[in-house]
Amino acid sequence: MHLLHPFTVPVINVLNLLAACLLLLSFAMLSRRRTQRLITLFAWQGGILCLSTSLVAYSSGLHELYYSAALTLLLKVITLPLILRRLIYRLGAEWDSETMVNIPVTMLAGLMLVIFAFGLAQPISMMATTITRNMLGIALAVILLSFLMMITRRKAVTQVIGFLAMENGLFFAATSATYGMPMVIELGIALDVLVGVFILGLFFFQIREQFESLDLRNMENLKEE
Amino acid sequence: MRGITFIRQFGEVILAIAIAPLFAGWIAQCRAWMQSRSAPLVTQPYRMLRKLFSKDAALAETASPLFRITPYVLFGTMVLAAAIIPSLATDLPFARAADAIALIGLFATARVFLSLAAMDIGTGFGSMGARREMMIGFLAEPALLMVLFNASLLYGSTALPSLVDGYRAHPTIIDPSVIFAAVAFVMVLLAENARIPIDNPATHLELTMIHEAMLLEYSARHLALVEWASYLKLFNYACIGFALFVPWGIAIHGSDGGGVLALSIVALLGKLVVAGSALALIETLSAKLRIFRAPEFLAMAFLLAVLGLLVHLLLGVR
Repeated sequence: MHLLHPFTVPVINVLNLLAACLLLLSFAMLSRRRTQRLITLFAWQGGILCLSTSLVAYSSGLHELYYSAALTLLLKVITLPLILRRLIYRLGAEWDSETMVNIPVTMLAGLMLVIFAFGLAQPISMMATTITRNMLGIALAVILLSFLMMITRRKAVTQVIGFLAMENGLFFAATSATYGMPMVIELGIALDVLVGVFILGLFFFQIREQFESLDLRNMENLKEE
Repeated sequence: MRGITFIRQFGEVILAIAIAPLFAGWIAQCRAWMQSRSAPLVTQPYRMLRKLFSKDAALAETASPLFRITPYVLFGTMVLAAAIIPSLATDLPFARAADAIALIGLFATARVFLSLAAMDIGTGFGSMGARREMMIGFLAEPALLMVLFNASLLYGSTALPSLVDGYRAHPTIIDPSVIFAAVAFVMVLLAENARIPIDNPATHLELTMIHEAMLLEYSARHLALVEWASYLKLFNYACIGFALFVPWGIAIHGSDGGGVLALSIVALLGKLVVAGSALALIETLSAKLRIFRAPEFLAMAFLLAVLGLLVHLLLGVR
């Protein structure tokens, strides 16, 4: 293997640790009711993603990955949490919390999803050649857990955070399976996410104007009988 | 040689009994500092124990012998647990008698006795506290077992001393499952020792108390023993945590001599100081949960521990 670097073993250990932290944060997000806390956790997730990407870049010697780590830092740790915070401040939704979520049941479902994701990733990761291939299962689990968060939550802002967390999971999957996507695609995705958050921010105001709340249950009344 | 290990064992137990109140006092002091109150002395628990021991005990008319012997049973089980847990050295004659699962059984024995004694008098608060305590206990125990299984999976043993030895043999390995297990363990520790997210140890507010509600009928030397046992329980949990997650400085098998032992005492004290202030920080930052939220909190701990097992199986370093 060309990857046998003098530091390979400690780096893979640290990477495993970071991957575990990512999964832990996903579960923490699943268990939080307050929107503000969710944004903080999302920023942490971005930070861990940035760290792990730069570690992968270091251990594999691929310099593009440094750029994508920097992009992650800029976008997911600094810009997006800032935008989201300003949004909920302007919406007056800082202290919003989801009251109707049954956390233990959600967590149990999350555990099942993790088992499913790990099982699913096992044969796929056999085919990958990267040192981080074992983490594919964790990346899949993060994606599925964010899905679960989007399904179980009713507030618009929380759903958007779930969506962004899912993107984090996809990014992690790309890094761990194939050492990241080409730079052009990554830049494109970053731009998409940024624009997406802006547009969704506009939607928030529209939704609130229409229903005087950010609860998406109201949307169900829109369909014609 | 055997004589030395027995002396060491004896010394460890004496040390545990002696400094457990100090640990509780340190946490109370840190909490007071962090909440900008004027802090009680670190030695406050000793003063309280001395005051209680010098008083005359009053017993309810309806109290059965069970109520009387419970303080001694509690104190005895906690001392035995302190003898099993490798807080200073792993080469302990007692430690081989029971593994971690038996240790959890010991804690369960103490809990059952305390709950029965609380129900014995027949007051409303006593039985309410007992029922709540049993609920917390039955939720916390599986989580604690899972945490221990995490460590067992890593080092192939359920006995705490061999876990420490195993860790010291491969100190470079950082297994990701350890993070999950550590978080879960802290949550269990908070729940089991009547700490803030679940129960407030300083409250006498009738409807929220759990641990205090069970002690309402105790007085004087009985109360002193029960309190001392709960200090010891907290100390024991902290030492289990050190053995599982930060076993630096514990004198391992085969290392003899006064220097090593002195070093391990210093290490233990240092870890206790850090752990005490960390606990105080957690208690200051979090609000007490409603009792109906407690299952949620402990289910989270259980899930984290199970996740640790899964992550170990997926990413296992060895």
